[in-house]
Amino acid sequence: MNRYELKLDSLTKYFGRRLVFRDLNIEYCQCGIYGISGPNGSGKSTLLKIIAGISTPSKGKIIHTAEGKEIDTAEIHERIGFVSPYLVLYEEFSCRENIEIMGKIRGIEPDEPHITRLLETFGLADRQNDRLKFYSSGMKQRMKFIFALLHKPALLILDEPTENLDNEGKNKIYELIKNYSASNIVLIASNEDSDLQLCTSSINLLEHK
Amino acid sequence: MSYVIIAGISFPIVEKPEAWYHFPLIPGLGENAKIIFFHVPTAWITVLAFLMSTIFSIKYLRKKDLDDDGKSQTALELGMVFCILATVTGAVWAKFTWGEYWSWDPRQTSIFALLLIYGALFALRSAVENEEKRATLSAVYSIIAFVTVPFFVFIMPRIMKGLHPGSADDTNAGPVVNFKMNSNMYLVFVLSVVAFTILYFWMWRVGSRSLNIKEKLLKNYR
Amino acid sequence: MKAYHLFRKDLFSEIRNRYAINSLAMFIIVTISVILFSVGEETISDYLSGGLYWVVVFFTGMSGLARVFVSEEERGTTLTLQLIARPETVLSGKLIFNLVLTLAMNIVITFLYSALFPAFVIKSLMLFFITFILGTLGIAISSTIIAAIISKAGSKGTLYPVLSFPILLPLILILINLTKISMDGTPFGEAIMDVLFLASYDVVMLSVSYLLFDFIWKD
Repeated sequence: MNRYELKLDSLTKYFGRRLVFRDLNIEYCQCGIYGISGPNGSGKSTLLKIIAGISTPSKGKIIHTAEGKEIDTAEIHERIGFVSPYLVLYEEFSCRENIEIMGKIRGIEPDEPHITRLLETFGLADRQNDRLKFYSSGMKQRMKFIFALLHKPALLILDEPTENLDNEGKNKIYELIKNYSASNIVLIASNEDSDLQLCTSSINLLEHK
Repeated sequence: MSYVIIAGISFPIVEKPEAWYHFPLIPGLGENAKIIFFHVPTAWITVLAFLMSTIFSIKYLRKKDLDDDGKSQTALELGMVFCILATVTGAVWAKFTWGEYWSWDPRQTSIFALLLIYGALFALRSAVENEEKRATLSAVYSIIAFVTVPFFVFIMPRIMKGLHPGSADDTNAGPVVNFKMNSNMYLVFVLSVVAFTILYFWMWRVGSRSLNIKEKLLKNYR
Repeated sequence: MKAYHLFRKDLFSEIRNRYAINSLAMFIIVTISVILFSVGEETISDYLSGGLYWVVVFFTGMSGLARVFVSEEERGTTLTLQLIARPETVLSGKLIFNLVLTLAMNIVITFLYSALFPAFVIKSLMLFFITFILGTLGIAISSTIIAAIISKAGSKGTLYPVLSFPILLPLILILINLTKISMDGTPFGEAIMDVLFLASYDVVMLSVSYLLFDFIWKD
């Protein structure tokens, strides 16, 4: 049912003059969970940023297609959800305010039942009016998931999704990822074995040097 | 190598204009005028280097090739040196002709603005660690700076009256270079401009090549 | 519309954190009082007071206008912004914010300045008003794009005036000239060339900003 496709076409990235990875040719056409592994500094986060359209590759390109139509790079951000350790939300605002502001800047109508469901799934419903700066790191991590799922993206990009979470939180996230992947594409970059076990297939960036 | 020889031959000519016997002085300027052989070429190189730096910056933004950034940076460094030289020779000449080292003549102000832009670009370059980010940011800044230059050209004559030859209100019909030069002097002048240009291009080639080779070698040790 | 919501977000955030307003307000007081002290018992001429007015505007602007982008970069929220909006939207939102800030700052400066400097008398109010509006626009536009550049560099605070000055210099020179003219009471029609020039500076800077912002914003 999902008609979203992602193609990496001989993607190459240099940092300055240092090669990060070379000639990545992958297609993600089916719904499911796909993994990206590799040691620290192998370019996992960089690759995800390129896929998200935030970073530009040195050579090659990424092609996002929805319902057979190619999506303009400037509009990729409307189709994806992104969770990353580098992501920081506005800490001077409360969880609720963050949700409202993000929705307005994205230009989407607030979908109350969806928001309530998300808040309950991630256990932030009672503290939705507290400012983010008073949250623990685990709660902030869960808040990032709400941020990523707010606009119901067809492609969910997760960079170390279970960082800062306890076991209970991890299991909840795994369950959510499994459900979400039934009708969407989920990409996970991680070094944790438990994260990568979810994936139906995974690539190792070390093989693309 | 041939450039070096040409530059080497033309240098003594430039430095010792008194070796030329038939060398009339421009009325009103006297011996002071001989600084023209340095001042005009250095000012010309300043502008040329800035132009080249901007062109290679644009090229970098299009192709993302760090070699272009190296070329742009070398042009920038050389341009800065020539900019200082042009400012100093200009100030010295101004002291003996107009009586003041600095009088905010339109062209003095323009070269001052160029000096500021060069300085700002160096400050920016030294403040960014990441090579690519540095190249991109300095390229963007030099393009922004470049588009402000025409505004200077417009605004200057409105604010200050010009002393330079060729200014809008040049009533005293100053020593306009092209008309009043003796043929001997003209030859030296042209040779000097050509020699300085060749010297600049030679320095720029050596500089940008060595910079890029250095970067490539350093990559292996990082 | 999206840009307007981005602006609202910044305004909201500014009201909670006061990143820029405090330093802007303090700088207005500091620069004006420095000028007052250095003038002392002397009387300053009309033209000089017109020039010094823009000096106050420039230095005050340099203290606070970089915050729009620097605050995002310091808090690490740049990535969030990249994920929720197009680069043009971000630039428009930030531009509106800086415009409002610059306008508020200039209005305060104008009132304080005309109260404290008796020599600062404008005869041709219409001309000065247009100069003021176009000047505010120009300062807001240039300072926003330079703020975007320095937010990606180290030693942000000292770099900002260094990078802004050459870009703002032609603007400030023409503003000083136009202020002088309006102090003489020149009718609007006679200064039309200078006003057009001012407007073209704004337009050129605006289009260059939109053209180049993508390069600054993306990693």
